[in-house]
Amino acid sequence: MSVAITADKVVKRYGDLTIIPQLTQNIKNGEFFTLLGPSGCGKTTLLRMIAGFNSIEGGQIRFNEQVINDIPAHKRNIGMVFQSYAIFPHLTVRENVEYGLKLRNMSKEEMKEKVDKILDVVQITEYQDRLPERLSGGQQQRVALARAIVIHPSVLLMDEPLSNLDAKLRVEMRSAIREVQKQVGITTVYVTHDQEEALAISDRIAVMKKGVIQQTGTPHTIYTRPYNVFVATFIGHSNLFKGRIEEANGGKAVVFADGFVLPMTTLGEEAKIGDDVTIAVRPEEFSICGEGQGVKCTIKTKVFLGKYITYGLDFPEDMLVPNQPAIEFSQDLGHAEKVLEIGDTVYLKPNAAKINVFRADGSKSLMEGVVENE
Amino acid sequence: MNKKFQWDFWAWITVLSIVVFGLFLIYPLFSLFISAFEDASTGAFTMENFTHFFDRKYYYQSMINSFSVTTCVTVLAVIVGTALAYFMTLFKVKGKGIVEICIIISLLSPPFIGAYSWILIGGRSGILTQWLAGMGIEFPSIYGFAGILLVLTLKLYPFIYLYVAGAMKNIDSALIEAAESLGCSGIKKVVTIMLPLITPTILAGALMVFMNAMADFGTPMLIGEGFNVMPVMIYSEFINEVGDQANFAAAMAAIMVLITSTIFMLQKYVVNKKSFTMSSLRPLPVGEMKGIKNVVMHVCIYLLVALSMIPQLVVIYTSFLKTNGSIFVDGYSLDSYRTIFDSLGTAISNTYLYSTAAMAMIVFLGMTVAYLTTRKKSWLTDIIDTLTMFPYIIPGSVLGITLLLAFNDDPMVLSGTAIIIIISLVIRRLPYTLRSSSAILYQLSPSLEEASISLGASPLKTFFKVTAVMMLPGVMSGAIISWITAINELSSSVILFTGATKTMSVAIYTEVIRASYGTAAALSTILTITTIAAMVIFFKVSGRRDVTL
Repeated sequence: MSVAITADKVVKRYGDLTIIPQLTQNIKNGEFFTLLGPSGCGKTTLLRMIAGFNSIEGGQIRFNEQVINDIPAHKRNIGMVFQSYAIFPHLTVRENVEYGLKLRNMSKEEMKEKVDKILDVVQITEYQDRLPERLSGGQQQRVALARAIVIHPSVLLMDEPLSNLDAKLRVEMRSAIREVQKQVGITTVYVTHDQEEALAISDRIAVMKKGVIQQTGTPHTIYTRPYNVFVATFIGHSNLFKGRIEEANGGKAVVFADGFVLPMTTLGEEAKIGDDVTIAVRPEEFSICGEGQGVKCTIKTKVFLGKYITYGLDFPEDMLVPNQPAIEFSQDLGHAEKVLEIGDTVYLKPNAAKINVFRADGSKSLMEGVVENE
Repeated sequence: MNKKFQWDFWAWITVLSIVVFGLFLIYPLFSLFISAFEDASTGAFTMENFTHFFDRKYYYQSMINSFSVTTCVTVLAVIVGTALAYFMTLFKVKGKGIVEICIIISLLSPPFIGAYSWILIGGRSGILTQWLAGMGIEFPSIYGFAGILLVLTLKLYPFIYLYVAGAMKNIDSALIEAAESLGCSGIKKVVTIMLPLITPTILAGALMVFMNAMADFGTPMLIGEGFNVMPVMIYSEFINEVGDQANFAAAMAAIMVLITSTIFMLQKYVVNKKSFTMSSLRPLPVGEMKGIKNVVMHVCIYLLVALSMIPQLVVIYTSFLKTNGSIFVDGYSLDSYRTIFDSLGTAISNTYLYSTAAMAMIVFLGMTVAYLTTRKKSWLTDIIDTLTMFPYIIPGSVLGITLLLAFNDDPMVLSGTAIIIIISLVIRRLPYTLRSSSAILYQLSPSLEEASISLGASPLKTFFKVTAVMMLPGVMSGAIISWITAINELSSSVILFTGATKTMSVAIYTEVIRASYGTAAALSTILTITTIAAMVIFFKVSGRRDVTL
């Protein structure tokens, strides 16, 4: 019996230090929900509050309608997968998986059936009698997953479960986790700092920073219509330009600092003529164009990545929001008309349908229909 | 070996270690077994010595006694030590640091001081016995089985405590959380997760306790009285210079080595089947006990520590009492100290001299032999590795006898010299240093040495400039512990000493036997204070708060 989770104005404090100030978020029944953010943003803290390993200093966490604040961890019926796996080293694979079932007074036959099934689902049947020490990282990960799922928990909690695996295994395991989760249809809260992993695996993502959720939405929304500049730059890369809203041909347009005017049809009500704004253009949202049809820049660096070429760009400083690590343009080699060289001067046209416009301070999107919590 | 053999430094070390172990361990042990099968008068082969042992209840009873008291001590020490470790690691205990220091002091102090102070307290004319007798209460006898059990348990439970507390620090809190997330709590958590995780460690500690209790000579000698155990029996048969006794003592020693090696192998077998490694990302959180439970826990811990520290305190106190011959009289004085500095000054200097010499050899051999067996693996170094395990299973008094039997005659007469005592100290402690040095080496990446060699340093230079330097802090802190055990060593020195090579612990033993308790107390006080001072240095050098033995 999977449940919906509601965090209602929850607060986490360690002494005088507030880690999470009044966080509110709902997680739907059966959904794969990811908490994503840089390290120290409070995502693991929140997960451990749901699990019952961290106390809750204010507000409520509810499973469906039931407030769980004061229910100890072992009675919450959760399945948890730890970063370190936490496989019991003194028990075999099978005994590890059986552990939770044994505590639930299940008949031998039923237990065997359940364990056999889950071992099969996570594909570790052949290792069932081994001690965990003799398993690889990926296999241990599967044991941890099986052990957490086999008890049919109300929620499955995962704390950076893939961070100790190598890159290739990580991709493999992430689809395995996704598949198993869909198969058993269990509400899952997943913590990671890896944005690619979050995009690939989640139904919805909550991007966190300093204990505050910046935006919640589907991977697609989060990437294409970020709610603020933090999300725009944390998920993927965004080049940030200074700009202003002006009127053009009866509609609205953004004007770059060098005077280039880009008519826009996607701006919302809140974008007023004459406002200073921040324009976020992703590297793939540029295209090469003729003189005067885009923003002018020179090619500073060039990195060949196979499918793409990523160019580092040089713009006059007053066009850009200060303190950005790099301004980039990535050229899809499948559609490239010509390859640029370092030192070339080039005009690039941003894709008006795709770029995002924010308040000048970056705190909120000015695009039509963008909400903080989807 | 596919490489061409080179007669280099490491070859010399290989030869040296084989000579040391072969000459001072294997050859003597071999001589012991030979003489166990020899007829005393004719030198012909005989089983007589063994049948003699199993024929007479007086003799074989000592084996049963040894076994029963050792087993009881081990079980009791495991229970006490594990419980103490559990509460000390998982709960807030006021004065935890002091409690730990006291535990370590009681572990490192001379083994027989416990027996001797408990006699002063609860013996026939003990303080407590007389005080209770004054109130018409008869104090149960401290002599025999009960006394040995009390003294050895109090002396040896710290082994278990240190081992288990160390293992509990290695339990990742995620393991416990995983159990909780699966619906486990309370006592079940302890039984299904915590206990199995520390079982291999408990077994390793239990082996140490068993070996130490089995081999202990001083305690049963002083407090055992009619309750004969094997080490005492071997000693008295061997010291009895009545013709054929040496061969009989050798047979008993052989039986004892057989017992200890069986136990050793059994433990290895069980542990190997259960072994796993743990590494902790987040150690277990320290909780707080509430209300009456908290009070009970604190009282129990303090009481235990008080019981362990009583011997030291009694000894220090009585060393300042005025004595008249062997009787304590009213008033305080420094007479006991004056006496020992006058008549037993060489025992004090001998102790420091021998243990320091032994420590220097242990450090050199420990580092180089550990390097050989971990980095220069070959069939030869494998043999050395196996040889170095032997001293674990040879009780001190047996080692003493073997050395004496082997070096009493031409071509090498070493009996009665300082060398033989130093050698026995080195042989007994070297395995511990070797093991810890190897552990350090396994953690040092060989690429550090390769980096040094790639920069132009020769392998030998690399060893001394890079490897040895990095090993040294770990090895030195281990060496200090070896030094402490060396100054407190009794069971082999009591067999090997002569008038000129007497050490402090031997002197204490003989003073106690002569019933001059004042001088014994003064000597013990010096030993205890030296031990504490060495421990302070150990904590400074290692920067640690725990001890591995």
